[in-house]
Amino acid sequence: MELLSGAEMVVRALRDEGVKYIYGYPGGALLHVYDALFQQDEVEHILVRHEQAATHMADAYARATNKPGVALVTSGPGATNAITGIATAYMDSIPMVVITGQVMSFLIGEDAFQETDMLGISRPIVKHNFSVTRAEDIPSIIKKAFYIAQTGRPGPVVIDIPKDMTTPTERFPYEYPKSVKLRSYNPVTKGHSGQIRKAVDMLLAAKRPMIYTGGGIIMGDASAELTEFAHLLKYPVTNTIMGLGGFPGTDPQYVGWLGMHGSYESNMAMHHSDLILAIGARFDDRVTNAVDKFCPTARIIHVDIDPASISKTVQADVPIVGPAKAVLEEMIQLVKESKKRPDQDALDAWWKQIDEWRGRHGGRYRTDDSEMMKPQQVIEMLSKVTNGNAYVCSDVGQHQMFAAQYYKFNKPNRWINSGGLGTMGFGLPAAMGIKLNFPESDVVCVTGEGSIQMNIQELSTCKQYDIPVVIVCLNNQSLGMVRQWQDMNYESRHSQSYMNSLPDFIKLVESYGHVGMKVTKYSELEGAMREAFAMKDRLVFMDIYVDPFEHVYPMQVPRGSMRDMWLSKTERT
Amino acid sequence: MRHIISVLMENEPGALSRVVGLFSQRNFNIESLTVAPTDDSTLSRMTVMTTGDERVIEQITKQLNKLIDVVKVVDLSEGDHIERELMMIKFKANGQMRAEIKRTADIFRGQIIDITPNTYTVQLVGSSDKLDAFIASLGNASIMEVVRSGVSGIARGEKVLTI
Repeated sequence: MELLSGAEMVVRALRDEGVKYIYGYPGGALLHVYDALFQQDEVEHILVRHEQAATHMADAYARATNKPGVALVTSGPGATNAITGIATAYMDSIPMVVITGQVMSFLIGEDAFQETDMLGISRPIVKHNFSVTRAEDIPSIIKKAFYIAQTGRPGPVVIDIPKDMTTPTERFPYEYPKSVKLRSYNPVTKGHSGQIRKAVDMLLAAKRPMIYTGGGIIMGDASAELTEFAHLLKYPVTNTIMGLGGFPGTDPQYVGWLGMHGSYESNMAMHHSDLILAIGARFDDRVTNAVDKFCPTARIIHVDIDPASISKTVQADVPIVGPAKAVLEEMIQLVKESKKRPDQDALDAWWKQIDEWRGRHGGRYRTDDSEMMKPQQVIEMLSKVTNGNAYVCSDVGQHQMFAAQYYKFNKPNRWINSGGLGTMGFGLPAAMGIKLNFPESDVVCVTGEGSIQMNIQELSTCKQYDIPVVIVCLNNQSLGMVRQWQDMNYESRHSQSYMNSLPDFIKLVESYGHVGMKVTKYSELEGAMREAFAMKDRLVFMDIYVDPFEHVYPMQVPRGSMRDMWLSKTERT
Repeated sequence: MRHIISVLMENEPGALSRVVGLFSQRNFNIESLTVAPTDDSTLSRMTVMTTGDERVIEQITKQLNKLIDVVKVVDLSEGDHIERELMMIKFKANGQMRAEIKRTADIFRGQIIDITPNTYTVQLVGSSDKLDAFIASLGNASIMEVVRSGVSGIARGEKVLTI
């Protein structure tokens, strides 16, 4: 058997796991590992400018491929800088393996230079974490980490490696385990057939059904099954912001996403539904609004791979623990075999009602006479110019909601956003992680002048590795979502929500060798955008000035039910 | 409602902190907690006494089960079970209190495990209620120190919690 040092085993195990890129930043505790990286060319390392970006790049790769992304950061500040990225992945159940350096094992606990208790700090925001105490365990720990990260409900796993576990002169026989078994971890592979049968019977008897799906459809690779199932029954489909693209956005059965800024028709339909089939969604507070007023007439079937997500906030009538894909396959089979069919008259009446809701103004934006572009127009143009096929990596704020509302996602894994944690600064590194792995695809970062400045240093990484993403910055010169809340709830006292010292973004990106475009008129937008996407080998930053007074609507009224919404600054349901 | 949750988990460094962290992170109560290795040295058994409504207890058991180090979780309060807690209690014992503490300890089937001219240390095993009752019945005695182990529990009959 080949003898390798701990450092070499880290790199070799990543190779054997099929990892092509890792994202990271070196430091004292990782020098042996970086030396091992230097001496091979199978695992390529991307040097970021801040560790947060490394984790977002790894995370975005996972969101696009459903395979774990890998980040490598040093001890102390390297590890703490990675925390936001780990928490981002954890909240959205994204598989990721983060390897953190640690001080020598005999120094742990002595407040050594660049020491931090990464196991302790990361514990609440990881699916699991490991500390290496014997170098020869490195291959099996890495194998376990990948296994845990991507099975069951996915999530980030941290491996903390003290420097003396990677000493180049201490070598051990290396063999990468072929499989892994943990007696305390056995993720379910299928749902309970009796429960599924019961659910299908209820579904076929429903009069006002809704299918409500989430990120579980995307990460569970169940988008085709969901589409087939929904088409079989002709039931309306809504999804969470994490589930965008799990069902085609242009399909007539799609009623838009739901919740705080969800579509009028989806929120109305949820509220009036008599049966909700929830799959891979977790009844988050941004979806349900006030739980005690949530969908008063609906019974609930809840399919989730994580039993703890079921009946956590909203009580399920029929809980089904299982992977979305396997459960949907079984449901499709049962519907096909069943002699029962949905009540066509009831379903027609239900669709008539939904179409009526659809036909109303329902909180969609209006253009006015001013020259000012509406942010929504920009996103609609983006959808048109990229034919709905781009990877849209969003930052957090109003632009995120507009992107989710007005970009038509027909494919899963194309909408990349920090839904749970709401991490500003996510967008650019996410776009980089995807562009690197999908160089032929259109990859766009939709951002605002606030969010982009949270990780703008990564323009330098883009320069180093030629990562030609398109950045669409909806520049409204303010922290738009904060300001919207201040307008609505604080009598427009705009406390700290202005960005009145913005850089000249064009000069800024040009200083990194990228291309900048400033767009202030709608009439110039399409041409500029087409030009930006035509420049295949350059990063283009589009600084697009939009109406600074625009709000995101619909917006659910706080502590109300699903149907209680603001539809504009003056209209309420 | 009061629940006694038994947890079998990997006897590994950090496992305890995961459980304790989970309780504080998710705003669950811990009334008492005991943990020690079992006859199988790779496994620890933990008993958590907690309170909460049905929904909270369901979340506690589900969230505990999600921890990778946790092998099995049982809510002992769902069935017949035996619970015991150990208490050591040190009294100032002078004059006639010496006899009264001794008498009361005998009634509760406690043992005096340490004596000095001025103190008694009583050991008592039983349900938490019994320990509370003992303290209450010696309300006029001067208690110097109390140490309680927290509740441990085991199911009655053939039911066992093993892997």
